[in-house]
Amino acid sequence: MWTRAVWLGLRASAGGRRGFPSKADPQGSRRVTAELIEHLERLALVDFGSQEAVARLEKAIAFADRLRAVDTDGVEPMESVLEDRCLYLRSDNVVEGNCAEELLQNSHRVVEEYFVAPPGNISWPKLDEKEPFSHC
Amino acid sequence: MATPVLRWCCPGRRWVFAGIGGVSRHGRGVPTGSTSSGKRGQSSVAQQPLITAQKPRKGEREWAAVVGLEIHAQIASNSKLFSGSQVDFAAPPNSLVSFFDASLPGTLPVLNRRCVEAAVMTGLALDCHINRRSLFDRKHYFYADLPAGYQITQQRLPIAVNGSLAYSVCVGKRRSQMVTRTARVKQIQLEQDSGKSLHDSLRSQTLIDLNRAGVGLLEVVLEPDMSCGEEAAAAVRELQLILQALGTSQANMAEGQLRVDANISVHNPGEPLGIRTEVKNLNSARFLAKAIDYEIQRQINELENGGKILNETRSFDYKLGLMPEPNLPPLLLYDSGSLPPGTDPQQVINIDQLREQLPELPRVTREKLVQQYGMLPEHSFALLNEVGLLEFFQNVIKETRAEPKKVTSWVLNTFLGFLKQQNLAVSESPVTPSALAELLDLLDRKAISSSAAKQVFQELWRSKGKTPAQIVAEKQLELMQDAEALEQLCCSTLEAHPQVVTDVKKGNPRAINKLIGLVRRATLGRADPTVIKEVLERQLSS
Repeated sequence: MWTRAVWLGLRASAGGRRGFPSKADPQGSRRVTAELIEHLERLALVDFGSQEAVARLEKAIAFADRLRAVDTDGVEPMESVLEDRCLYLRSDNVVEGNCAEELLQNSHRVVEEYFVAPPGNISWPKLDEKEPFSHC
Repeated sequence: MATPVLRWCCPGRRWVFAGIGGVSRHGRGVPTGSTSSGKRGQSSVAQQPLITAQKPRKGEREWAAVVGLEIHAQIASNSKLFSGSQVDFAAPPNSLVSFFDASLPGTLPVLNRRCVEAAVMTGLALDCHINRRSLFDRKHYFYADLPAGYQITQQRLPIAVNGSLAYSVCVGKRRSQMVTRTARVKQIQLEQDSGKSLHDSLRSQTLIDLNRAGVGLLEVVLEPDMSCGEEAAAAVRELQLILQALGTSQANMAEGQLRVDANISVHNPGEPLGIRTEVKNLNSARFLAKAIDYEIQRQINELENGGKILNETRSFDYKLGLMPEPNLPPLLLYDSGSLPPGTDPQQVINIDQLREQLPELPRVTREKLVQQYGMLPEHSFALLNEVGLLEFFQNVIKETRAEPKKVTSWVLNTFLGFLKQQNLAVSESPVTPSALAELLDLLDRKAISSSAAKQVFQELWRSKGKTPAQIVAEKQLELMQDAEALEQLCCSTLEAHPQVVTDVKKGNPRAINKLIGLVRRATLGRADPTVIKEVLERQLSS
């Protein structure tokens, strides 16, 4: 998932706030800046710990960029392979739930019947200067 | 330099520079990217604000505010939006959670038909255009009570767009006049609710209950057409009544079934809109107006001090984690004309059919009351504002011969007054509609005076089981029917108080009241004061 987010992020920063550019782009892929890495790390909670990781990221982006070679002028973007399928509507009946014990077994820590999570948002060492999600 | 007085362009409100410090807004920093209006430099100018009562003094600046709302209403359904676990307010933690709600791998969303119907009905009630084709998206952000790491919503192409919500506010010096305002509905979308977090600061941990995770929500987005907290609160109240009338949501704010986020900005009239801030998760009707007004005042103070408004929320779009929901095809809706033949009726939703089944909306109910009973619009509002009050009123009307205006007055003043004093709901009232109807009949027949009627009502309230007739007999409150006896009493009272008679003849307007009081006491309160006055005046002039 985050690969796609990265790709989208770069596309958008490269091409401004437009949708997906449809013409094949003759330019090569852009360098990944330190700013962008920090941004992505915060969003995706992935650690790009080393220069090697950044290099790998750049290679992945270049690989994905080959999609630009396809001319999609006048073609409606496909968002789901299910677009021709019928969306099934379920009747409003209660048929599941009541399995708290089973679900709680998946959790590393449990207090009574609650899942336990760290306070505030997911902890991340580099994030102490910002508070992106404060909960009321 | 004189203290700048900041005029507020809202009915009857006058805003003063108060030098309050900044307020921290709580709530998730994750914004809902549905509107981008309000950025400085945008070409749209705010709609003309209300004319203020006074002319601005020298050195004063006028301020206008715009308030937009994002309202989340929990859909009244048995099961959740995409899973078959139960929707319930109070249940043991994590007992109403399915594998999908807990986001276990391999689970898929299955759309609840009832939730779609609720969205369509709400859209129709708010005069929206129903999109025959709408799409689901994933909005990604990390929070412990969002197990999947994303929320399924309908940001890009929601189920309903471009509607309007009409609401009323009291204006004028004495706030006695009701005017109708409208707020445009930008869109209505279906989305998932998140779970609940309980913060345990002592042990530095958060406890997560996923019972609420996945419950269906209707997000109603109102354009920034409101200009102050009062208007916003009135709009929310009307939406609440509509949702309750439709049965699509119980919309109880105290139970978290209705939550409001407000987008607020200020500007000088005639100039472009200012930077907007968000006040999130307002879940009390009383607090809503206050919180919005507080933020408006804070922004005014900030700008008057030469500061800037910081937009703390970021726009949420494709850059930051909105993507189509790949597991759900487009949602297609039909009307009677476009219904494909031979389809399973369970699998298709017919908008026309839902339109026909719409119950009566509050606006229509009020109009009918005004037309049928000749009451003021304010009264119709008051009758619909309390659970069960309208039904009570209608039951009294059915059983009494008294004029509707009398019934309205008694129900809204006396009856409601007693209820409020003891903090009771209509359903807990010790006085039944029949009892009140009987009492009003006695009054209508002039068997008792209106002050006696009030006494009877008080007694009815206190002692269950007694009928008005019984109380009247017990307390001997029947009006004197013997005209001659009254004449004699008046005559004797006049004779006994020659000084007061002189005062009256001299032209003292209050002297007659003294005489009336004396006669009333003599009749043990069983004579109508107006009748006494008539008799006395006649006797005095002869």
